[in-house]
Amino acid sequence: MVNITINNIPVKVAKNATILTAAQKIGIKIPTLCHFELDCFSFEHRIGSCRICVVEVEGRRNLAPACCTPVAEGMVVKTNTLRAINARRTSLDLILSDHPKDCLTCEKNGDCELQRLAGEMALHHVLYEGKMSEYKLDLSCDAIVRDLDKCIMCRRCESACNDIQTVGVLSGVGRGFEAVVGTAELMPLKDSKCVYCGQCVLACPVGALTEENHRYHVWRALNSKDKHVVVQTAPAVRVAIGEAFGMAPGTIATGQMVAGLKLLGFDKVFDTDFAADLTIMEETTELIERLKKNENLPILTSCCPGWVKFMEHQFPDLLYMPSTAKSPQQMFGAIAKSYYAEKLGLKPEDIIVVSVMPCLSKKYEASRKEFAPNGIRDVDMVISTRELANMFKEAGIQLGKLESREYDNPLGESTGAGVIFGASGGVLEAALRTAAEWLTSEELKEINFTAVRGLEGIKEATVPVAGIDVKVAVCSGLGNARKILEKIRRGEAQYHAIEIMACPGGCLNGGGQPYARENSSILAKRAAALYKADEGMPIRKSHENPHIKKLYAEFLGKPGSHIAHKLLHTTYTPRGDVCDA
Amino acid sequence: MSCCDCKGKKPNLILDFPDKTEKLNAFIDALDIGLDRDRNRGFLIECLHEAQNLFGYLPRSVQQFVADKLRLHLSEVYGVISFYSYFTDKPVGKYKISVCTGTACFVRGAEAILDEFKRLLVIEMGETTPDEKFSLGTLRCVGACSLAPVVMVNEKVYGKVTTKIVAEIISECK
Repeated sequence: MVNITINNIPVKVAKNATILTAAQKIGIKIPTLCHFELDCFSFEHRIGSCRICVVEVEGRRNLAPACCTPVAEGMVVKTNTLRAINARRTSLDLILSDHPKDCLTCEKNGDCELQRLAGEMALHHVLYEGKMSEYKLDLSCDAIVRDLDKCIMCRRCESACNDIQTVGVLSGVGRGFEAVVGTAELMPLKDSKCVYCGQCVLACPVGALTEENHRYHVWRALNSKDKHVVVQTAPAVRVAIGEAFGMAPGTIATGQMVAGLKLLGFDKVFDTDFAADLTIMEETTELIERLKKNENLPILTSCCPGWVKFMEHQFPDLLYMPSTAKSPQQMFGAIAKSYYAEKLGLKPEDIIVVSVMPCLSKKYEASRKEFAPNGIRDVDMVISTRELANMFKEAGIQLGKLESREYDNPLGESTGAGVIFGASGGVLEAALRTAAEWLTSEELKEINFTAVRGLEGIKEATVPVAGIDVKVAVCSGLGNARKILEKIRRGEAQYHAIEIMACPGGCLNGGGQPYARENSSILAKRAAALYKADEGMPIRKSHENPHIKKLYAEFLGKPGSHIAHKLLHTTYTPRGDVCDA
Repeated sequence: MSCCDCKGKKPNLILDFPDKTEKLNAFIDALDIGLDRDRNRGFLIECLHEAQNLFGYLPRSVQQFVADKLRLHLSEVYGVISFYSYFTDKPVGKYKISVCTGTACFVRGAEAILDEFKRLLVIEMGETTPDEKFSLGTLRCVGACSLAPVVMVNEKVYGKVTTKIVAEIISECK
């Protein structure tokens, strides 16, 4: 432990602490901008590039950046001297001098750390005027928009892309005034090996990285006279959307969200959880088949489009491993435009399927060619949790004041197994519940597989199922997935089944969720809410979902049937470092 | 810093010059490259030096080759190339004209000289003439500030350059 004094207050802190963390301990908030910390994943980005957190340290000639200056015994720190305050204001002034001041129409309006900082520091005008950056807006892909004119070079996105996700698309490019965070050769994102996980969007403090906005398309669809417009909501949306309406993190707002969607004017409000149950039926069948034949193991989950694209780019030699089952979003779309359409006597093109996802990669997934049979997309539009919150606000819907409503049938009936898809470990747990009962033909007594729960990046367990010790692993965050896959590639690890989600913590921390960047404890609350929702469901195993049973009886036959393969399974494409698809 | 101006045809120097590729491969293999990317990154600059010496410039194919050998991402390699003015991802002409824009040369009119080169060669900074004879760039201080402003053409230094003698410098390049 080390003793230091901050603003005349003595404080005892750990040896590896920084001035910033020491100050936090005694309730002194030093303003920051480039600093980025995710406690729950033990991740810290501290490059000290913005100089907003400078403080005076007795005996030092220069001001010290608090975020990356380690404490030392006897250190005397003053955070609010005139010199420190003036330096901070100058830094902010210089950042603003090359930042477009179009906050009113910026996608991050209200969610921008620079905007908030300027408010807190009460900067009333910008002193410096000069050359401004002029980059072309990157609208190349369906998921993420990059407006580099707004980039403040904090490089948080680069850290998220390279250090957390190891996707490696973003890098500091150029030098001096021309420096920017960009792709190799500043190629459009679409041409790169970006997987659109959106962790960079979550990390970006300003409007330089945002989602491709599909709200207006949805409004247009809702107002079309001759289309039947249905919506599906992913599991992780219900435990996060409340945050945008002032509800406590971890509030389960399912019923109110359904009510809100009905008020928006959707013809039917359905649940992606139904399709999650369907995914379990197909994926578990595949798992059992591979276990019995003892081939193509381990089976990897394939629900996450970011992870699938990562695999296609970076591990093309292991493409036989992922389950061929489509993701729940795409299964839903395929069923909506076949089975459901037939029931209503509609043509697939008369139905518009809208998804609400915690994810930006889902926008890309829905646009993949293989998911548009005969040129008609299975999922027409995808909006993020944030976009839905925006639509509610635009329509004057106050979520907290609505009476709960129920999902519509038949595609709205789901189980507890479906809802936990939103947390890291949930897909595997749901699959184990079904696999255990199918293999033993007995009722499973303990259905909670707690060993695979939690926010840790890599979880491993051995689960006895019908006399087989099934070795499983759960990875969230692509950096963790890379570690496991490289081990498998080198033949150092043997597993039967692995669940992989691109975003750390799973979908609850997806790139389309409300921003939780300054308080990562919110993520644990979202996870707890998902497991609470699971416990509250009358049915908690996918294969017991009555509407799933009916779907197989009336239409699909049995899991893995010819028609199930045609509608619910897919193939993968090996891709290089540069995307040419 | 825009994408390399290859006008549709993508040069792949790695495939087109197997002997040079083999030399680069041997050079990198002789280094202590391992699985640790952070450590490998330390070898990146010397690998790029060797690659540029061999190929003359560093188009995407060469960047990708180096990236794969060092287990780095293409974006990281490009980031380093774009940072150092010494490295270039575009073909360089027979005569590499570099106008010093260091402090002393800058205050003595380097910008006007650069503009004159641009006007006469009809290329922008960082570009090469279509006949691949001249490339135009800048550099930072060659340690001859007393001769400011300074222009270098390949290894030759011209001192006290004025806009009037820019045409002469060009015509000396045969």
